[in-house]
Amino acid sequence: MSDSIKVTVNGQPKDFKAPLNLYDVLEQEELIGMMIAVAQNGTFVAKEKYQLTVIGDGDEIEIVAPMQGG
Amino acid sequence: MNHPLNIGDTILQSRFFLGTAGYPSPDALSKSIEAAKPGLLTVSLRRESKAGKGQDFWNIIKSFNLPILPNTAGCHSVQEAVTTAEMAREVFETNWIKLEVIGDDYTLQPDPYGLLEASETLVEKGFEVFPYMTDDLILANRLSDIGCNILMPWGAPIGSGRGLNNPYALKLLRDRFPNKTLVVDAGIGAPSHAAAAMEVGYDAILLNTAVSTAGNPAQMASAFAKAIEAGREAYLAGIIAKQDSANASTPLIDKPFWHQDGS
Repeated sequence: MSDSIKVTVNGQPKDFKAPLNLYDVLEQEELIGMMIAVAQNGTFVAKEKYQLTVIGDGDEIEIVAPMQGG
Repeated sequence: MNHPLNIGDTILQSRFFLGTAGYPSPDALSKSIEAAKPGLLTVSLRRESKAGKGQDFWNIIKSFNLPILPNTAGCHSVQEAVTTAEMAREVFETNWIKLEVIGDDYTLQPDPYGLLEASETLVEKGFEVFPYMTDDLILANRLSDIGCNILMPWGAPIGSGRGLNNPYALKLLRDRFPNKTLVVDAGIGAPSHAAAAMEVGYDAILLNTAVSTAGNPAQMASAFAKAIEAGREAYLAGIIAKQDSANASTPLIDKPFWHQDGS
């Protein structure tokens, strides 16, 4: 039996089924394969650690990609 | 004439660092890059969705095969800036970071204390930090002490187009850091502003808004490229010292009606 947890992804609260790792979040957000980087609760997570990073209720995930900048 | 600039092991073919934000269209951005022939391009990071907007932008940028300088624009805290830099390193596969830690929303003035703390952390993590800073001499000293090889004092607030607000302070930094890579970043409005900074020995100019919001961005990019090159060449050639009195450039000896000793 899996529990529902609330995770904020790029500022948007969303429901996910636990247990959950960071790779699962990226997969469900359809971002796998894109040129992105991720932070969990304000801390950078390297891509090789996505599957090892457990996501818990109330976590905040930031997912970023290249953008114009000065 | 080409005046390359070394940043670590990388040789930049131009001293014009061009930002990629705020162009009227992707085509205007591409044409401006072609006209500027910049040494590097600055980019940023923003939240991504499955629509993949960032990927489309990146496809344009990577086609130019230029060195990339990511920024931490919009960061107000050390933690935000450090995390953004780490994310930028992974996305763009570079340890270069234009470090912005903003201390005031009205002027976008860098927070010198946050900048110093974030710089120290990032240097320890192996980054080549390009700190966006005020023109304060003591801050420059501290940043240099903790291992910043490049300093980027502002000319004026970002996007203001005011040019060099404090030429004295900028010249002082050049004089006090003769071997440091110095870049004027922000506030440049006209090519003459860029030339003025290069004429006193700055190594490069970083600008964005003056090109991206010009009536004709590509044409302005071309104008800036010439000004930056002219300023560099003038600096290398050696600009004459200012004098208060006139000094005739045309020789007077043997001019018609010439009399020695004024007789």
